[in-house]
Amino acid sequence: MSSVSTAEITKNWVEIGRVDDIPRLGARVVNTAEGDIAVFRTAEDEVFALRDSCPHKGGPLSQGIVHGKRVTCPLHDWKIHLDSGEAVAPDEGCAASFPVRVENGMLFLLLVAD
Amino acid sequence: MKEKLILIGNGMAGVRTLEELLKIAPDLYDITVFGAEPYGNYNRIMLSPVLAGEKTIDEIMLNDDQWYVDNNITLHKGRKITQINRLAKKVVAADGTEAAYDRLLIATGSNPFIIPVPGHDLEGVIGFRDIKDVGVMLDISKQYRHAVVIGGGLLGLEAANGLMQQGIKVTVLHLVNTLMERQLDSVAGKMLCTSLEERGLEILMKASTKEIIGKERVQGVILEDGREVTADLVVMAVGVRPNIELAHKAGIFCERGIVVSDTMQTYDPSVYAVGECAQHRKQIYGLVAPLFEMGKVCANHLGQHGFSRYQGSMTSTKLKVTGIDLFSAGDFTGNEDSEELIFQDAANGVYRKLVVEDNKVKGAVMYGDTIDGPWYFDLMRDGTDITDFRDKILFGQAHLGDSGHGDENRITMIPDTAEICGCNGVCKGDIVKAITDKKLFTLDDVRAHTKASSSCGSCTGLVESLLAHTVGGNYSVAPHQKPMCACIEHTHDEVRTVIKDYELKTIRAVMDFVEWNTPDGCSKCRPALNYYLVCQWPQEYSDDYQSRFINERAHANIQKDGTYSVIPRMWGGSTTPAELRTIADIADEYDVKTVHVTGGQRIGLYGLKKYQLPQIWDRLNKAGMVSGHAYGKALRTVKTCVGKDWCRFGTQDSTRLGIDLEKASWGSWMPHKFKMAASGCPRNCAEATIKDFGVVCVDSGYELHVGGNGGVKVRATDFLCHVSTPEEVIEYASAFIQLYRENAHYLERTAPWLERLGLTYVKQRILEDEQGRKMLAEHFRVSQQFAQQDPWEERVQGKDNHEFTLLKQVG
Repeated sequence: MSSVSTAEITKNWVEIGRVDDIPRLGARVVNTAEGDIAVFRTAEDEVFALRDSCPHKGGPLSQGIVHGKRVTCPLHDWKIHLDSGEAVAPDEGCAASFPVRVENGMLFLLLVAD
Repeated sequence: MKEKLILIGNGMAGVRTLEELLKIAPDLYDITVFGAEPYGNYNRIMLSPVLAGEKTIDEIMLNDDQWYVDNNITLHKGRKITQINRLAKKVVAADGTEAAYDRLLIATGSNPFIIPVPGHDLEGVIGFRDIKDVGVMLDISKQYRHAVVIGGGLLGLEAANGLMQQGIKVTVLHLVNTLMERQLDSVAGKMLCTSLEERGLEILMKASTKEIIGKERVQGVILEDGREVTADLVVMAVGVRPNIELAHKAGIFCERGIVVSDTMQTYDPSVYAVGECAQHRKQIYGLVAPLFEMGKVCANHLGQHGFSRYQGSMTSTKLKVTGIDLFSAGDFTGNEDSEELIFQDAANGVYRKLVVEDNKVKGAVMYGDTIDGPWYFDLMRDGTDITDFRDKILFGQAHLGDSGHGDENRITMIPDTAEICGCNGVCKGDIVKAITDKKLFTLDDVRAHTKASSSCGSCTGLVESLLAHTVGGNYSVAPHQKPMCACIEHTHDEVRTVIKDYELKTIRAVMDFVEWNTPDGCSKCRPALNYYLVCQWPQEYSDDYQSRFINERAHANIQKDGTYSVIPRMWGGSTTPAELRTIADIADEYDVKTVHVTGGQRIGLYGLKKYQLPQIWDRLNKAGMVSGHAYGKALRTVKTCVGKDWCRFGTQDSTRLGIDLEKASWGSWMPHKFKMAASGCPRNCAEATIKDFGVVCVDSGYELHVGGNGGVKVRATDFLCHVSTPEEVIEYASAFIQLYRENAHYLERTAPWLERLGLTYVKQRILEDEQGRKMLAEHFRVSQQFAQQDPWEERVQGKDNHEFTLLKQVG
């Protein structure tokens, strides 16, 4: 995040809804001009955002099963770390991840990939 | 202050235990390792390929020095521990180094047994155990011409083969008349002997060594019967002895090995032992899979989890000699109560013998074609009753009514470029390379790294065989029973039992009760648990939405591009002009790219966006159509022919019967997809004999068939029985479905389930036990009361609305 300028931050932090809009161990999709972003909520109410495209064959990660801090892609069972977007070894690849902030139950997404 | 853990023995079993421990409790201990050898941890079972020149030492290193550094482990290489002081809780090395421990792990392995004949201490007489021995053999084979290997067992033959690859003449001396007599019977031993001799090995049977002669260096071996063999090198491979001296001296109770409990603890509870030096329930294991299993259990106890127990392993053997396929498992000699099933084709070099007792496989010996080895081993391990297929068992799994993998049964003969896994396009060469380069030992490892056999699973047998052949003598399918997934040690059956017995009614309750290793399971176990709970508590359990695969959340089938398909139910494959018009209108309005007639006699619309689904379902609902569950582990279709209403051969109203079957069973969740069919006559146009439940109408009534499927492995049904009325058909079908629902593992179709349990069992439950059958059918009927709600209609009315809407549209 340090590479992002203040101006960009104010421009790009977008309010996207409430934490409670996303089911626990589930995900919802934010549609942007640059494509879909999947926003995940873990059992512990942590929220993560990744490009909604598996590094393997582009499967929609938002449709996967969330477990721990991982999601399993619905197409070919790749497992992706929610915090980094990296595929769980031995698979290799990375889905871009986006910063999310929670304030008073509201979600804010920064539309600049980490 | 962390507790101190010391490992004595820097070999595979000990270090594997540390790896398992670091996985579950990375910061619990200060770990120190003492190894007598001056190397890091290497793959001892790969020494044969090193000797044969197929591998280098570097290629067989498992953990290099950096690994120990990265994991904060202090490694003392080349420091042999000579004393354990249990009172002071410390160990002392030969050079005087001392280290204190809170817990001690002994993994000292074994030593080759050197026969104490005269001359056994001459230069050039060695065992075959470590890198040093291999080095000596390689040096000698460069300078000299003749090698003698004493012992024609697994290790001896691998050593002989390796030496032969180095270009020197090798003679094997074997005490009895059959090579590898602990693994092979005389026929297979003879076949092995012939093919080794064809490769240039000299083999002397009934050869008892009397003396090894030579001045300083060895020059030859004299046998008891007076025969004499020239030798520049003698390799003793007559067996190993557990290395227990250190433990024994420290007063730890030993018999042949260091005696351990099911948690791998010795009689001193702060001292553990794993690997070849440990003796568990009278058994000592020298194969890698059991050692790894012990490591896992030991780590579990060291990591203070303490819930797993080692209960012994059943092992199988393969010889790691390129081009020779042999397989042996269990008791292959039998006794007066057992029988032998034998297949022998000398010209093709194929031999199979199964030892069977009470219709269960007790042991197997195979030579030449070993592709079915893992299958026989599974039958043996699971104690499967083979009554129903013992007439075909010798021909292999491929002959149990499925198309299997045809001729690809000699794994060593297949070229490297041959595709093994058709789903993921993985060739033999890729798999072998991954196994050797990445040092893989288990099927799961191979699946993770190569994806081979990880999709449809039909090539699992081939992949297991490749693994067995590549890791060779030390491979075995170890786990006694298969755990549900990596999150839990327990089997599917065990988990189902606790759900029932302890009346657990939520996923959380099950996970807490059985102590799941992960906070909320994974994509494998959660859907399974959800199904088990749905099945067990149809009335009370509320479905765990987030534990369902996307198809069962969206009630549509996800396609490769992230779009969905919609397939409405067409009862018994029958439709009307009005339904067709509605479907056609929807296809027009939504610009549906593909309209396809499915294999189950219905029409599918493909390429729809998720948000469009409820709108389309609304239209279909209004025209009287409901979800076809074409996306679920559920009742799919009942395929029919037009029957006696139209067909001149028809014997019964098969269409009506199909519709009634579908009305009775739609909406039910199953362990896997479930398909039915009803054919109006034995011409069987509805293909009822490849369905999970099939009805073939005959003049006198209805023939019921079970356990068939098309798909990956085609399996024709087994004939269950003949009944007289449509009402009976429904009752028997309901009972069969319920038995399958209550009994099968999640994601197990009826075919493998039936093969696992045996048709005999199903007949007992459905045919012989009338009361039981009626009860099963009634249970199914009751659970259907809660299942038969159209999921499309519910969602049209707003249920799970979040599933079909965006969280936010930005920009």
